[in-house]
Amino acid sequence: MSAHSHLDGKLPHEPERATLEGRNKVLGFWLFLGGETVLFGTLFSAFLALRDQVGDGNPTSQELFKLATVAIATVILLTSSLTSVFAIQAMHRGQVKAMQNWLIVTVVLGLAFLGLEVYEFIEYTHEGHQFSTSAFSSSFYTLVGFHGAHVALGVVWISLLIGQVYRKGLTVVTAPKVYVAGMYWHFIDVVWVFIFTVVYLMGKVG
Amino acid sequence: MAHAHPVKRHTGLMDWLTTVDHKKIGILYLIAGGFFFLIGGLEALLIRVQLWKPLNNFVGADTYNELLTMHGTTMIFLAAMPVIFALMNAIVPLQIGARDVAFPFVNSLGFWTFFFGGLLLNISWLAGTVPDAGWTSYVPLASPTYNVDKGVDFYVLGLQIAGIGTLIGGINFLVTIINMRAPGMSFMRMPMFTWTAFITSALILFAFPALTVGLVALMFDRLFEANFFEVAGGGNTVLWEHIFWIFGHPEVYILILPAFGVISEVISTFSRKRLFGYSSMVFATVLIGFLGFMVWAHHMFTVGLGPVANALFSIATMLIAVPTGIKIFNWIFTMWGGSIRFTSANLFAVGFVPTFVMGGVTGVMLAAAPADFQYHDSYFVVAHFHYVIVGGLVLGLFAGLHYWWPKMFGRALNEFIGKLTFWTFFIGFHLTFFVQHFLGLMGMPRRIWTYLDGLGFNTMNLISTIGAFLMGLGTIFFIINIIVTAAKPKNAGNDPWEDGRTLEWSIPSPAPEYNFAQTPLVRGYDALWKEKMDGNEGMSPAEPIGPIHMPSPSILPFLMSVGLFIAGFGFLYAKNDWNNAFVSNIFGNHIVAGLGLAITLGCMVVRSLKDDHGFHIEPEEITGKGVKA
Repeated sequence: MSAHSHLDGKLPHEPERATLEGRNKVLGFWLFLGGETVLFGTLFSAFLALRDQVGDGNPTSQELFKLATVAIATVILLTSSLTSVFAIQAMHRGQVKAMQNWLIVTVVLGLAFLGLEVYEFIEYTHEGHQFSTSAFSSSFYTLVGFHGAHVALGVVWISLLIGQVYRKGLTVVTAPKVYVAGMYWHFIDVVWVFIFTVVYLMGKVG
Repeated sequence: MAHAHPVKRHTGLMDWLTTVDHKKIGILYLIAGGFFFLIGGLEALLIRVQLWKPLNNFVGADTYNELLTMHGTTMIFLAAMPVIFALMNAIVPLQIGARDVAFPFVNSLGFWTFFFGGLLLNISWLAGTVPDAGWTSYVPLASPTYNVDKGVDFYVLGLQIAGIGTLIGGINFLVTIINMRAPGMSFMRMPMFTWTAFITSALILFAFPALTVGLVALMFDRLFEANFFEVAGGGNTVLWEHIFWIFGHPEVYILILPAFGVISEVISTFSRKRLFGYSSMVFATVLIGFLGFMVWAHHMFTVGLGPVANALFSIATMLIAVPTGIKIFNWIFTMWGGSIRFTSANLFAVGFVPTFVMGGVTGVMLAAAPADFQYHDSYFVVAHFHYVIVGGLVLGLFAGLHYWWPKMFGRALNEFIGKLTFWTFFIGFHLTFFVQHFLGLMGMPRRIWTYLDGLGFNTMNLISTIGAFLMGLGTIFFIINIIVTAAKPKNAGNDPWEDGRTLEWSIPSPAPEYNFAQTPLVRGYDALWKEKMDGNEGMSPAEPIGPIHMPSPSILPFLMSVGLFIAGFGFLYAKNDWNNAFVSNIFGNHIVAGLGLAITLGCMVVRSLKDDHGFHIEPEEITGKGVKA
């Protein structure tokens, strides 16, 4: 099947797994995400252990969190995960242009999410919730900030990939890169679902 | 099909800085790990000199704290783990019939980040501000409130950088073992050393990120005024202990499992017998890896977690004795009835078995929570973990180095000096640490820089110090052996022990750049031994001879690690009082740190944009070197 496609000069159906290098990359990235899961798991544990340590006179999570903003951010990030799926589906159909466009939408949504997060953090600091205020604030900013840094890295990464595919086209070398970037994007989306639940919803309930 | 891409092949120093060949990276790991082993050993000797008599003042209390902290940290992270990685790099791809690891570039990056992380940590000696809160770096002792120097900053940054290297090294070996096995090399035909390397890599993957979070949190507390462990700000000091040990306990299995693998190979080869109970060995290895994550709180019995938690962690800890016991009996039954050859490698392996049992027995004693209240923080604990780490891991590493030295360097180590190494090191080891059990039971606490006369500690401490110097002598013999051997001609054959069972003994020593001229066809467990028993000359090939694709060398891993090294310095000295306004400015505004990170990220972008086509080794070159077509 794949040999046949090669003769046509076309890409195989799953170009990310067409070469051993590609298969290694995809498996290695799954494992890397396993390590990332432990990383965020530990950050969540630290946050759960410290989230009630607000300190006297500092704003509590009930006072701070504005669920409307966070809900919008959640919708944006979940949508970006969907658009990254569309990009990978387009890649599997061999539609390079559509793939690039969906990736661009993903990046734009990621930037919108980051913008909201920066706005949120600035608001919080104005309300006296700074990084060094309390154990709650330190663990909050570390957990949510680690996630935000992951989103920022993903935005830069996918942007560079869009440029790379533009120059080199979709090949068995570039396809695994796009595919693992998609996996990464889903992962940070899943982490956000947990942050929304554990940090914001549970923080609002108390 | 094979379009030859011209590629620049470096020589000399540049060859070593840019190499992506797993065999050369293995040698780099061995050199760097050996170097740090000597530093850590020197620190141990200074500790023992200070303790040889009561009220000694050879080093001050502060220096003593620095020595014990750096001895532990260096030995665990910068000596033991790299030498394990040295053996894994040198041997695992050969044992599974692979031409290379899955990610040669990442492999090189892993080495260089480890090296520069270790360098950063040890530069603290030159900077005059050394970590001094123990290798566990417990808070509040390591917190900015009680530890105002930069020592612990060196610890958190150095270990973070070195930890990146270990993590990506672990991922690399997992993918290599899952995806790169030769045809017929099923999981249940893999040599035991490869199995243990596989499980150890999985433990690295799931344990190291926890340490990273702990180090980041401590770094934030120290450098950016966070409150993770600052009680005044609502922080929790017990949280550090949990995070540290949920990494730290799997870490000790990360260390010991590869040693189990080495012992299995060496004992089987030199008993001329199939490893007894291979599948139970695999099962025991996996089970130890799993249980290793369930027992971290046995380091915290005296913290006050309550009787239920202590009882559960007590039972879970004792459970580990079951798979470990399976292994011990399997080694004994492998030797049973075998025609045993006591080469120096096998001496280390046979010496390992009873020594490790002793460490295991004290481990079960410590696992009993009520009894642990007596042993805790005494020399009994020091004796226990040196029995499992030195008596277990280090004897295993010596066995592995003597066994695989011809495969790595093409020259077998001198057997006479090897045996001399074993006896001095082995006797020295037991002299040093056996008496420490009793020192602990008599009440000598660990991590004290001196003790009073008349407590009954004097004689045993003197014996312990003499033993330590004997171990030092053993190490010197090993170094002499390396030098003597290096001067000999490269004449080791494919199978220098003549009883090799696994694939690495089917190819020349040292292995050529491409490992296997033709990928071998594996027809059973102990692949080479099976062919020997069937009367075949070496392995049957699974493919015709053809051009072999190789990855290009690259300087980027080195530069990326230098970037992280610079960034580490930038963060360390951000709040330093510099005399020079310009220097103060670039450090204070994190320009140095940012520059370092920019170098690393820039190299990552270059790596992504520049396609690595690699190059091909043509069949003429392969057959021209005397490999059968």
